[in-house]
Formats: sequence, structure tokens, C-alpha cells
Amino acid sequence: MKIARWVSSVPLRVRTLFSKQQVERELDEEMQFHLEKKIEELVGLGMAPLDAKRAARKVLGVERQMQQCRDVRAWQGWERLRADVVFGWRQLMKRKVTTAAAVLSLGLAMGSCVAAFRLIDALLLRPLPIAHPERLVVLSRVGTDSSGAPRSYDTFAYPDFQLMRAAAGKDADLIAVSPADRYDLTYKTDEEMEKAYVQYVSGRMFSSFGLQPALGRLLTREDDVTPGAAPYAVISYDYWSRRFGRDPKVVGQTFRMGTQMFEVVGVGPKDFTGTEPGTVVDIFLPTMMYPDVTRDDASWHRTLAIVAPGVELEPLRAKLDAVSHGFEVQRSKSWTGMSAEQIARSLNDRMLMTRAASGVSELQGDYRNALVWLGVLVALVLLIACTNVANLMTAVAAARMREMAVRVSLGAGRGRLVRLVMAESVMLAILASVVGGVLAWWSAPMVVRMINPADNPARLMLDADWRVMGFAVLLLLAATMLFGLVPALRAARLQPVSALKGGEEQQGRGHGMYALIATQVAFCFVVLFLAGLFVQTFHRLENKPVGFDAKGLLLLETESGHGQTPEAWGQLAETLRGMPGVKQVAISGRPLMTGSWNGPISINNGPPSDDWSYFLNVAPGWLGTMKLPLVEGRDFVASDSFPGEAIVNQEFVRRFFHGADPIGKTFEKTGGEDQKLIVRVVGVVADAPYRYLREAPLGVAFVPTRRVNAKGEVMKDSGETLLVQTAEADPMSMAAEMRRKVAAAGAGFRVSNVETQQELIDNQTVRERLLAMLGGFFAGVALLLAAIGLYGVLHYSVVQRERELGIRIALGAAAGNIARVVTVRVMLMVLLGAAVGLGAGLASVRFVQTLLYGVRGTDVSMMVVPAVVLLLAAGLAALPAVMRAVRIDPVVMLRSE
Amino acid sequence: MSKPSDFVQGTLDVLLLKILALEPLHGWAISQRLKAVSGNVLQVSEGSLYPALHKLEVGGWITAEWRPTENNRRAKFYSLTASGRAALREQAADWERLAGAVSLVLGINESAS
Repeated sequence: MKIARWVSSVPLRVRTLFSKQQVERELDEEMQFHLEKKIEELVGLGMAPLDAKRAARKVLGVERQMQQCRDVRAWQGWERLRADVVFGWRQLMKRKVTTAAAVLSLGLAMGSCVAAFRLIDALLLRPLPIAHPERLVVLSRVGTDSSGAPRSYDTFAYPDFQLMRAAAGKDADLIAVSPADRYDLTYKTDEEMEKAYVQYVSGRMFSSFGLQPALGRLLTREDDVTPGAAPYAVISYDYWSRRFGRDPKVVGQTFRMGTQMFEVVGVGPKDFTGTEPGTVVDIFLPTMMYPDVTRDDASWHRTLAIVAPGVELEPLRAKLDAVSHGFEVQRSKSWTGMSAEQIARSLNDRMLMTRAASGVSELQGDYRNALVWLGVLVALVLLIACTNVANLMTAVAAARMREMAVRVSLGAGRGRLVRLVMAESVMLAILASVVGGVLAWWSAPMVVRMINPADNPARLMLDADWRVMGFAVLLLLAATMLFGLVPALRAARLQPVSALKGGEEQQGRGHGMYALIATQVAFCFVVLFLAGLFVQTFHRLENKPVGFDAKGLLLLETESGHGQTPEAWGQLAETLRGMPGVKQVAISGRPLMTGSWNGPISINNGPPSDDWSYFLNVAPGWLGTMKLPLVEGRDFVASDSFPGEAIVNQEFVRRFFHGADPIGKTFEKTGGEDQKLIVRVVGVVADAPYRYLREAPLGVAFVPTRRVNAKGEVMKDSGETLLVQTAEADPMSMAAEMRRKVAAAGAGFRVSNVETQQELIDNQTVRERLLAMLGGFFAGVALLLAAIGLYGVLHYSVVQRERELGIRIALGAAAGNIARVVTVRVMLMVLLGAAVGLGAGLASVRFVQTLLYGVRGTDVSMMVVPAVVLLLAAGLAALPAVMRAVRIDPVVMLRSE
Repeated sequence: MSKPSDFVQGTLDVLLLKILALEPLHGWAISQRLKAVSGNVLQVSEGSLYPALHKLEVGGWITAEWRPTENNRRAKFYSLTASGRAALREQAADWERLAGAVSLVLGINESAS
């Protein structure tokens, strides 16, 4: 009944809301009618018309009744909200510039926050689209390396995995997944090779994850049984869409990868892109088809597990650890050529079991810290922006103090005042969130593009899900609270009498604003400090001498199906050498700064070294092409071979020969199966990064590409990298021609990948570049916002103190004195804020240390530069207010009072 | 009866409903009718008539329409709705019960003393 009546009243109330004037007219007419009748009656009783009119109005209480009627008819909440919104909007529009500044700065900060969250969500938080992501765990092993530093592995050998899977039994379903990698494959002929992201997975993965095929079938447990007997492939929905245009006839197609044919048996579910955030898998192959699946000395896949409901993790972990440890002990018996310490350390490794609801990928490891710190930076920028707007609103509210006081005096409730101020804040926040939303939409994919190495495009699923939306809404609320609540509460505390008198309240208000300034400066300092560290890190890495010259170097990773002799490879190089624009061509096993080949060595028949040497096959002339300077001895010649000769770097000499002249000395690469890999050092080269730009030099031994086996036969190679030194500024411009030339050389030569050496270097500073660029950008924004905030507060305080300053000037205060009076308090706040910021920055620096290179947070310059920049900005921001104060004309000033 | 208005406030709604149950009327006529039926016992103030009417209208017990008066002036006439009629019955019954109970109690007191 009640509800029905309420519903029936809706049209009336809506009418009140939207046909306000009509309703008002009717109300007026109704009262007027009654009033006239009343006057008639009173006049009839003998009253004078004028008196009758007055008396009638009084008896009726026209105004009061009408207001009560309006209240009855109106949706009070709506009505007031509408009034507040209209009023607030008018207030905002009155100050277009400040409103725009507030909206832009807030929008920028909020958009950056949401963008950062989108990235963090996509990479680290979003659960895999599988049945029970909360039950997914990943296994890894942790221990220490030869220097005692912690190390961890998350790859396992398949036989080890089989033992663990059997041991887990019903407690958990173990799943092997290889890291997704780019492979060459073809659906037609060798001439039409293409690349695809391939992930080897246990067939059981699909059923364990509760996945359903979009087409055909998925891999099953039956595909996990016999090595080499499951030549089936499931393609991802994304690949199906991109590569095949969702052609249902894809099922049954075959492709060749290496020498193995695979048949596409089905298409995976729509959202499933593999287990690695950052990589969208194209093709899933059964682990049984991995070439090394039966080897106990090849650790190549991750081990995931879906833990059964109610199973405790720790006992399961202990059980798997024991089984895996048993496997390692068994395996270690056949380890030759490894130092005893090395073996002991390996057997000491402990297994970890970590929840992995959002999958596991290298990108996560590389960017977890970086993204979180970017998030911290943008959050600080947001706080600065909020502080600014809070200050702005406070100043505006102060200017409206009299108006507010009048409202209170006239009976406006405090709640109503709070709403009035909050309505403005909410509108500001909503406007800002529109700006921010656009920014977040556009910037998150841009950041992903920035972190993309050319050859290995990361693809993050950046769909806006409920987490991103929720975050945005929470952010909006939090920001509004942050900058809106203080002025609103201040309005509520208002004492009308003192405000109307322009009394002592201003003192208290000043305190709040100055405290906000200090806070702002502290945040700003932290942002500047961290950004400075990131920029410096990138600068150091970018300008780090690499020891060779990457200019004009094009790298052709080339294959030849059945292998070719070193002579044939040499001829191929010769062919390219004849091309116009080519200065030099050399051959190596693979490019520097990709992958690694390492192992212990033995000198003078000593025990295998605990410290490992790193190796790279290079052909004669490679050193010269790389411009890697030979310090001593000679380059390889065509007759040099491995085993036989080696050229080592200076670090190798330091580590293994303790600085003694190594030319002519020999060492053995231990662990050779049926032959002793003994080499004689013929040359020494300067140090150059072997794997990573960031790491300290490694001991590297270069050995010839010409390899001989135990019988003395020269072995064929199926893949080498042709290092082409071009005269071009952009070596890539020659890539297509090179490909054709290599293919035309016949003998099955085929370029599988082209890159430049410079790209390989740049790829290793992608994260640093990202942090430096975004850090620098946010530092700029933070500085700008802080300066604006400072300017605003100073300006406001000068306006407030104009009379006092005028009197001072009248009494003969010098300009310097006035400047000091105006700025001293703010500058104290700036110093206080900077000091607090410095403390916070130093406290945070140990958490960012892993992201830094060649720079320490405690370096004096890293603290001085932000401080100086901040003070300069503060000085600049203070200038207009000081000018204004100094130029106050006491005569004009005092007369106007 | 030191504060008759309190008492009256609660009864105003039911009085209005009762008056309108007889015929549709405009505000002035209602006030005249109120005065006539309640005399000086119920001091209904003209100053609270309209909010009460509007409340009843918004509440759906009465509806209003603009019609010409006998003197051909436009006035807002209120009339009872079905739910108003039901509410009137309910409240009238309540009143009678209450009034009966009160007079009964008062009667007992008188004969006992």
C-alpha cells in the first residue's frame, strides 16, 4: 500500500522537478485565490481594505505555507542536490582558469594512476581465466650462487617432473609448461617460414584448468604419455583470429617446425592466452614433442600445479622437494667436470611453492618492481595534485567566508554548507576523471609499446575489467575526500560572528594551508629524488662503454636445415661481402648479449673451477668486425678449431690466470663427454658485455666456430649468426636484400631472424628508459604542481595581508624586508617539506636499489640536485607574490580601508 | 486541553478527508467548512491548511484539478480518491474506537467517585 502510494506520487514529484515554474504558478494562484476570499470576508466584516490585506496575509502565513507546500511536493534530496550542483557549477565557472588548472592537474594525476594500475592489473593481479586460479601454484628452487648471493630457478627437467607428479598423487595436478618462445614454422614450404609464439604444455593442462575448446579438441592426458608420439597442436583463439581469420577449416591443417610435422587439432577458449602475462601464445604443443623431454640434464619447463581443495601447501611442498632432491642426488652422480662446491650448492637448493593465480612470466619478474614504483610516483603526484586543489578550495572557501557566514546566520544547516562545498569538489573530481579516463585509455597501451623489444613484442591483455573500474571509482572517491573534505569541514566549523567580523579565524586557516605546502614539497621531493635516480641509472647504462662498436652492425641469424661445413658458411659470408654497402662480414655462433653458454674449466689438470667461464664461437675476423680490440696475441685463423685454440678476455685472465700472461697457456673446458676439450690461449681481448649490460664483466673464452669431434672430423653447423658491418646509418634498411641474398646462396641457407646489435643493447635498457622517461615526466608534473600550489598560497597570503604590508611599507620597510616577511613562513615550510621528503626518499631507496645501476641513493649529488631544483622552483613561484607585495602602494591601500 | 493544536494536528487529515468525502471543494471552501463543522473546539489554523492538502495530494489520498468556481474563477478543487476513501474508513473507525474507549474510561471514573 505504502509503496503503491509512493509510486503514484512519482509523477507529481517529477513534475515538481522538471516543470518547476508551472508548479510554482499553480501554487501561487491557489494561495492568491484564498487570500482574495479572505480579504473579501474581512472587508465584509467591516475592515479597511488595506488592513484586511495585511491581516489576511498574516493569518494565512502565505510565504511559510508556500514553502511548506514546496517541501511537501519536492523530492527534497533531488531538489537540494540540483540547487547545489547548479550553484557549484556557477562557482566553478566563475573561476575558469583555476578550475581548468585543477581539473587538468587532477585529471593528469588520476589518469596516470589508473594507467599504472591498468598495467599492474594486467601483468600482476588479474587471475588467469581458468577454473580455479586461486588453486594454481608454481614451483621454483632457491639457493645461493658461488658468491653467496641468492639465486633461483624455475625450470625443471621432465623426468624430475614425472617423479614429482607421481608423488603429488591426488593432492595436486602437476602441469609442465615451457616458457613461450618464438619459433620458425611453416604451413607450406620453407620459403614461407613464419614466426609464432609456441608454448609446450602438458596435455592435461587444459582439463586441469577447466578449459573448453572454441573449435575441435584440446590436448589431453593421452598426449602426455609417449615421447614424440603426439604431433598435435592447439592454437590460441587470438592466433586463430589473427592468422586464420577464424576459418573453421584450420582444424586438420598441418605445419612443420624444425623437422617435425604437427597437426592443428583445435582452437583454445577465447580468453586463454597461455600462462605468461605479457605473452600471447599462438600455438600450444604437447610437452611430449619437446626434443629434450626424456633428458634428465635439460631443465626447460616450469612446473605449475593445481592443488586439490583442502590440501595444505607445506606438506605438499616438502614431499615434492624430497622427491626432486632425490632426483638431483641421483643425477649428480653422473656430473663430471663440476666442482664439488658447485654440486653441494645445487643439492642444497630448496623448493618453493608460490601462489600464481595470475600466471608466471619473465615480464612479471622484470617489471614487477618497476611498475610498483611507477605506481608510487604517480600516487605521489596525485597527492600533490589533491593538495593543490585542497589549497585552492580552501582559499576559495576563505574568500567566501562571509557568504557562508550569512548563510549560517540565515539558518542554513551545517550539513547543507558541507554539501555545498562538497558538490563543487565532486564536480571537479568528475570532470578530472573524464580527463583522466581519456589519458589512462591512451597511455597504458603506449607504455606497453614502449617496453616492447623490437623482436619480442610483449602483449598485455589490457581489457578494462571490474578491478580497473573499481580502482578508478575508489580513486575518484579518495581524491574527492582528500581535497574536498578539509574545506568542507572548515565550512562546517564556521563561526558566523567571527567570520562576519573578519576575525581571528584566518590564523587557523593559514596553518592548514602551510601544513599542506610542507606535505606537498615533501611528496615532490620524493618524486624528484626517485626520478633523479632513474634518470641517472638510464644515463649511466646508456653511456656505458660496451667495448665494441655496434654502429652499422646487422645480425642475420641464419639456419641451414641439415648443417653446413665452416667452409660453406665462410663462402656465404664471402657472398654477402660482395654486396654494395657492406663493409665487413663475420660469423659467430650467436650474437653477443643473447643467451649464454657456460661451464667450469680446469687449468693445469686442476679440479673443475667453482667459478664458471662463458663461451662463444666466433670465426676469424669477428673481433675486427665487432671492433673488439685485441690486447695481446692474435686473432683466429681459418685452421684454428675448438678444441684447439681460444681467445680470452681480460676478465678471464684476472679470474683464471690471476693476471699472469696467458698467451700459450692451456685450459680444459670440463664436462666434455668423449673428448677432452683442451684449448690454448692465442689472444686476449678487451672486456665487453657478454649477457647483460648491467652485470659486471664475466670471464669469456672465444673459441672458433670450426669444431672438431673426438675423431678429428670437422663438424657441420645448422645455425650461425652472420655479423654484417654495413655503411648504412640504419642497417635494417638492408635486411630484406640480405635475406634474399642468403636464400639465393642455396644449400638450404635461410635467415630466421634479423636484428641490429644496437637493438640488442637498447633492449636491455628498455625498463630503465621507461622508468627514466616516465619518472622524469612525473617529476616535471610534480614540480609544476608544487610550484603552482606554492604560488597560490603565497598570492593568497599577500592578498590577505595587504593592509599589514601597506602599513609596513608606510612605516618605511625596505623591499627586502617585505619580501622576507612575505616568504619566510612559506620558505620554512619548503625546507621542512624537503627535509621530510629527503628522509622518506632515503628510506625508500633500498627498495628501489635493484632498479638502479651505477648510482646510489646516498650519493650527495642525488640529494642536492632535487633540493636545488625544488628551491629554485619555489623561488620562482614566490616571485609574483613578492612583486605584488613590494609594489603595494600604502596610500592607495590605506585609503581604501 | 492546554495545547489543542497538538491534538488537532493529528486529526486534521481525517477531517479533511471527511469533508472532501461529501463533495470536491477548493481550499477556501474547505476552510469555511472546517470552521463550520468544528466551531471553536478545533482551532484549525488557516495557516496550515495548504501543506496538509498538498501532503494528502502527494500521498495519493486526494487528487486535485483546476475548475471554474460559481463566480467563474479558476480554483483548485480537491476530491477524494479510492485510497483516500479507504483511509478515511480506517481512520474513522480508529477514531470511534478511541473515542469510545476514552469516554468509557472517563465515564467509569465519574461514577466511581
